[in-house]
Amino acid sequence: MKKSLMGFSASFFLMTAVFTLGFGSSVIAADNDYKIGCVFSVTGNTSWLGEPQKKTVEMIADEINAKGGIKGRKISLFIEDNQGDNTRTVNAVKKLVQKDKVCAIIGPSESGTTMAVIPVIQKMETPVPLLSCAAAEEITKPASERKWIFKMGQNDSDAVRRIYENMNKKGIKKVGILTATNGFGNAGRKKLTEMASEFGLQIVSDETYNPSDTDMTAQLLKIQKAGAEAAVNWSIVPAQSIVPKNMKQLKMSIPLYQSHGFANVKYAEAAGDAAEGLVFPAGRVMAVSTLPDGHPQKAVLNEYKTAYEAKYKDHVSTFGGHAYDGLWLVVKAIEAVGDDPAKIRDYIETAQFTGTGGQFKFSAADHNGLDKNAFEMLTVKNGQFVVLGE
Amino acid sequence: MGIQRGCIYALVAMGYNIIYNSTGVINFAQGEFVVYGGLMMVTLTMSLGMPVLPSFFLAVIFAMIVGILMERLTINPVKNPTGLQLIIITIAVSIIMKGLAMCFWGKGSHYMKHFSGDEPLKVLGALLLPQTLWIMAILFIIVILQGFFFKYTMTGKSMRACSINRDSAKLAGINDRFMVMLSFALSAGAGAVAGIIITPIIQMDYGRGAILGLKGFGAAVAGGLGSSFGGVLAGLLLGILEAMGGGYISSHYMDAMALIILIMVLFIKPSGLMGGAGAKGTREI
Repeated sequence: MKKSLMGFSASFFLMTAVFTLGFGSSVIAADNDYKIGCVFSVTGNTSWLGEPQKKTVEMIADEINAKGGIKGRKISLFIEDNQGDNTRTVNAVKKLVQKDKVCAIIGPSESGTTMAVIPVIQKMETPVPLLSCAAAEEITKPASERKWIFKMGQNDSDAVRRIYENMNKKGIKKVGILTATNGFGNAGRKKLTEMASEFGLQIVSDETYNPSDTDMTAQLLKIQKAGAEAAVNWSIVPAQSIVPKNMKQLKMSIPLYQSHGFANVKYAEAAGDAAEGLVFPAGRVMAVSTLPDGHPQKAVLNEYKTAYEAKYKDHVSTFGGHAYDGLWLVVKAIEAVGDDPAKIRDYIETAQFTGTGGQFKFSAADHNGLDKNAFEMLTVKNGQFVVLGE
Repeated sequence: MGIQRGCIYALVAMGYNIIYNSTGVINFAQGEFVVYGGLMMVTLTMSLGMPVLPSFFLAVIFAMIVGILMERLTINPVKNPTGLQLIIITIAVSIIMKGLAMCFWGKGSHYMKHFSGDEPLKVLGALLLPQTLWIMAILFIIVILQGFFFKYTMTGKSMRACSINRDSAKLAGINDRFMVMLSFALSAGAGAVAGIIITPIIQMDYGRGAILGLKGFGAAVAGGLGSSFGGVLAGLLLGILEAMGGGYISSHYMDAMALIILIMVLFIKPSGLMGGAGAKGTREI
């Protein structure tokens, strides 16, 4: 009797152990597979970034493995969910490198978590290249301190550049800015304030809000009182849909610019007709159909969009695109130099390719490889994203 | 802005008070009912395209059924429960409800159309959303209905009898366990109404329950636990002060405002604004 009880509890503990360990990365990789790590915010309040990224890399892995893998060896993905949390990100990266022995890591999804994990990667004895899917320029600058860090997302400074250029065209002088207090928002706020003078603009009101806030009328009223001629909102959270609604509620008629974090049609849907006419910079994923046929990115964008939308019955987003570019780059590197992390790093540093995010030209001094031309200015028309004829 | 939120806190506080009055327990899953009401409404109106009115009642009934299930499955089976045990149970239920909501409705933020358009109206020089008028009207109706129910109907009177002295009520032939179940249903309904009317303005996701529940709890305590009228008053006050604090000090301390006010009230008048009602019989909490 006692024995069976012991046996039962032992097996029960074993089962729970298997379950809890198994959930992190539910792949049992064969030894000769190419192991690639991913850290995305699949859950948490930035799941709108991480979820399409996870779906995208799974789609690519299925496609590659269905064709027999890379040179006859399959790839297996180790996907970790960081829930948008710094500590979880650091732990996930350590686990991927030390326990799972991956040859490269795609992600994290956010600027804040990427910044948190950079020192961890740089201090490792045997680091692996990290291809962040975030936007902040600090991630890859200064290049001398970012030997193993690359970035697939376009620079936030280039997004600011495009917005400010558009303001110059419209003759706007006074700007009110509104940023969320997280990694993405803080980095954007810094760039918006630093670069304003360069474009002859004056920041008359500098407001912030918590990423989880649901009402920005207080900040918008301050922007209105300060006499701003345009408002810029910088965040990656559902607040992006609430800001235009709040503006409509206050009957504010100044133009609203959003950051490239707005590049998910769901945000426009959630804001309804309040979103009509707002302007934001975004990767060209969002407006494939309105690109001219000769555009160098058109083929790759079409390929990603049709595959993703057919498989998941969901809109593509630029965020998923960053993961798409990252994984294909790693796959190309493995094809060329095998799965030694140092060799992959060296390969990426000189790589040039056309991805969903733009035409990448990596170099030792530039671990992002994109410039302001990676962005297209878009606007919302009848609930759809269309290219703004500048 | 503050009035909208105040109405929501008032409704959540009302939910706390209904259950507190019949069982002497703080139901920490109260915030989840707000989420369930809101999300169910989103499903009915946005996904199934049903009109607002029937959806409203269906969503409330749905939340009430969840409330009844919660009481029957987790509260009722406990023999001779202590207050602490019941509180731990409600916390567990709130975690389970949150998980289920995530499974059913996903992790995204859900939005919903306003009941009657979102063109702001000019009222006395201030801009008001039609939805705000809805919120105020619905809160008013609920308060009146609640007052009428507890004062003039036999069931309401029986519930009050149970809250005053459960043993005596039992001896007088009142089915006390049924009353407890009813109190859970009513409080879930009140929470769901709050969720339904606020969702068009703030959007709703599965993780909102905790903070809404917390602020409603603050309102209930500040108003004096057990005093429905106090809870409504304190809820409105909390919402308005919060919005003012957000506007004049910094919106970053918006969530803290509610708790600061709560602590101040407890320092000055421990029994709450409308205290006394909550202090009848020191229950072990």
